[in-house]
Amino acid sequence: MSGIDPVVRQTLSRIGVYVGVCVATVFFALPLLWLVLTPFSKHPSYRATLNGVSLDNFDKLFHNPQLWRSLRNSIYLAGGTAILVIVLAALASYALSRVRIPGRDQLLYALLLLSSIVTGTAAMVPIFLMLYQLNLLDKQFAVVLVLSGGLLPAAVFMLKDFVDSIPRSYEESARVFGASPSQILRHIVLPLIRPGMATVGVWALVQVWGNFLIPFILLSDEKKYPAAVVMYTFYDTGGQPNFALISTFALVYSVPVVVLYLIVNKRYGFSFQGGIKG
Amino acid sequence: MASIEMRSLAKVYPNGVRAVDGIDLTIADGEFFALLGPSGCGKTTLLRTLAGLEVATEGTILIDDEDVTTQPPGDRDVAMVFQDYALFPHMTVSQNIAYPLRIKGVGRAERSERAAETAGGLSLGPLLERRPAQLSGGQQQRAALARAIAVHPRVFLFDEPLSNLDARLRLEARTFLKKLQQSLGVTTVFVTHDQAEALAMADRMAVMDSGRIRQVGTPRDVFQRPANTFVANFIGATPMNLVDAVVAAGALDFGGFTLPVPSAFDGLVHDGDKVVYGLRPEYLNVSSTAVDGAVRGAVVTVENLGVSVLVTVEAGEQSLGAVVPEAEEPALGSTVWLHPVPGRALLYRGDDGELVE
Repeated sequence: MSGIDPVVRQTLSRIGVYVGVCVATVFFALPLLWLVLTPFSKHPSYRATLNGVSLDNFDKLFHNPQLWRSLRNSIYLAGGTAILVIVLAALASYALSRVRIPGRDQLLYALLLLSSIVTGTAAMVPIFLMLYQLNLLDKQFAVVLVLSGGLLPAAVFMLKDFVDSIPRSYEESARVFGASPSQILRHIVLPLIRPGMATVGVWALVQVWGNFLIPFILLSDEKKYPAAVVMYTFYDTGGQPNFALISTFALVYSVPVVVLYLIVNKRYGFSFQGGIKG
Repeated sequence: MASIEMRSLAKVYPNGVRAVDGIDLTIADGEFFALLGPSGCGKTTLLRTLAGLEVATEGTILIDDEDVTTQPPGDRDVAMVFQDYALFPHMTVSQNIAYPLRIKGVGRAERSERAAETAGGLSLGPLLERRPAQLSGGQQQRAALARAIAVHPRVFLFDEPLSNLDARLRLEARTFLKKLQQSLGVTTVFVTHDQAEALAMADRMAVMDSGRIRQVGTPRDVFQRPANTFVANFIGATPMNLVDAVVAAGALDFGGFTLPVPSAFDGLVHDGDKVVYGLRPEYLNVSSTAVDGAVRGAVVTVENLGVSVLVTVEAGEQSLGAVVPEAEEPALGSTVWLHPVPGRALLYRGDDGELVE
C-alpha cells in the first residue's frame, strides 16, 4: 500500500466516504420515499415505486369516517398535552430557577430519569391499574394527564435553561417600579421565554402525535382513538396490511406535524439552549 | 425629593455574613451621594437595602422622615438604575421608559407621551422605536436613566452606573450625570468602586469597608484628610505613601532616615509612639541636588503617567513614591533627594490606623 501515490490514495478514500454516505442516505431516504410515493400509486405495495399514478387512495381515505375523527382525537390529545405541559413547565421552571431549594438539581435529574419510565412500557400496568381505581379508563383527558406527566420533567429541564438566562436585574428592576410577581411573570418572564415555550410545545405535540402505546392501552372506545392507534386497525382479518389506506393515511397524518414545525421554526427558530440575542 | 436617614442599619445573610454592619448615615435632600468601596464591601447591598430588594436585618431607613424599612420596593417611590441597565429586551425604548408608568396604571396615550418627553430631554428622541439591543452602550444607559426619571421618584439609586461604558465614554457620562442630577435636584445615591468617579461626581461620599463606613465627607475632605489608613490607601489615583515610623526625640525615625514631626501634629504624638506617616506622592518633591533636611535615596522604578511620572525611590529600608513633572524625570538608578511639601503629611496611629487628632 505504501507504494501508492498519495493523490490516488486520497481520491480512493474520498470515493469510499462518498459511497458510505450514499448507502446511509438511501437507507434513511427509502422509507420517506415510500411514504411520499405509495399514496399516489395504483397498486401500493412494500416497494417504493409508482406503478400508475392515481388519487383513488385519497378519495377512499377521505370517505373513511375514521380519518377525520381520529385526527380530531389526535389534535385533542396532542394539543391538550402541549398546552398543559407548557403552562405547568413555565411555572415550574420559573420557580425552580428563582428559588433556592437544597438538592434542586438532583431533584430535576431524578425526575428526568424517572419520566422515561412513566411513559415507558414498564409502568404501563401500574398506570393502567391506577387509572382503573380512579375510574379514569377510556377517558381522553386521562391520557392527556399521563402523557403530560411523562413529558413534564424534560420540558421543565429545557425551559429552566431559558429562565436561567434571564438576568435577575430585569425582575428586580420591575420590582422597584412596583410590579407584582404576576405582572413580572406576564410582562417580563413569559415574553422572554416564548421561544423556549414554542420549542417545548412543538416537542410535546410531536411526542404525543406519534405515541401509540398509551392511548392504545388507556382507551377502549375506538371512537376515541387517535390517528396513531387507528392506523393499527388498517389490517385485514388475515393480518395483511391495507397498503393503500396505511400509506395514504400516514402521509395525511404526518402533514400537520411538518407544517407546524415549519411555522414555529420560521417564527422563533429552534433552540434548545436559552439565551437572549442582543 | 427627600432626605434619607439610616439608623444602625444591618443586613445579615443567612450564611452569617454581615454585608452591611451598623450603618448610621444621613443623606440630605437633593444631595448627590457616593457609596465607595472595594468589591465585597457591602456598598451594593446597602443600595439594594435602600431600594427594598434586600430586607434590613436590623435598624431603620427613613425616606423623608417616613419609615420605609419594611415597605416593599414598589411603595418606596424610588427608582433604581442597574449596573447592566436591566432594559427589557423585548420592549422598545419607548415601552421600556413607559413601563413604570404602565405599572402605576397610567393610560397608554399619556404613557407614550411622557416617555417621548423624557426621552427627548436625554436626546433619545429618534431611538424611541428601537429595541435595547440596537442601542450603543451610552444610549442604553440614557434609556435606563430615562426610565428612572419618567416616574419622578423621590430618590434615584444608581448601581455602578458607569462601569459598563468604555473609558472615553465614561468621562462624558460622568459630566452628563452630574449635570443631569443638578438640573433635576433629586436626591441620588450611587455606588461605585472607582474612587476617581466618586471624587468627581459626588457632593458627599462614604467610603466603606467590610460593611462599615470608614469615612463620610466631601470629596475634598476625603482626599485631603483621609480618616484612616484604609481610606488613605483607597483614595487617590496613585497610592499614598504609608510608612511606619517611631517618634523619637521630636522627630520621626523611619529606620535609616528621619523627618521632623509635621507641624500640625506637634504635641499630639510623643516619644516612643508608633505611627504611620502618610503622604501623597504628589506632595513629595524630588530634586537631583542635595537639599537641606531632605531624604537621600535611589530611583528604582519610573512609571510614565502622561504629563507626570511616578518615581519609586528607595531610602533606608523604605520605598517611597513621588510624582514629578515629565520634564524633571530622573534617571533610573540615580541618587535623588526627597522633601515633603509642608502641611500635607498626615500621621496615623500605628495600632488602629486612625488619624492622629
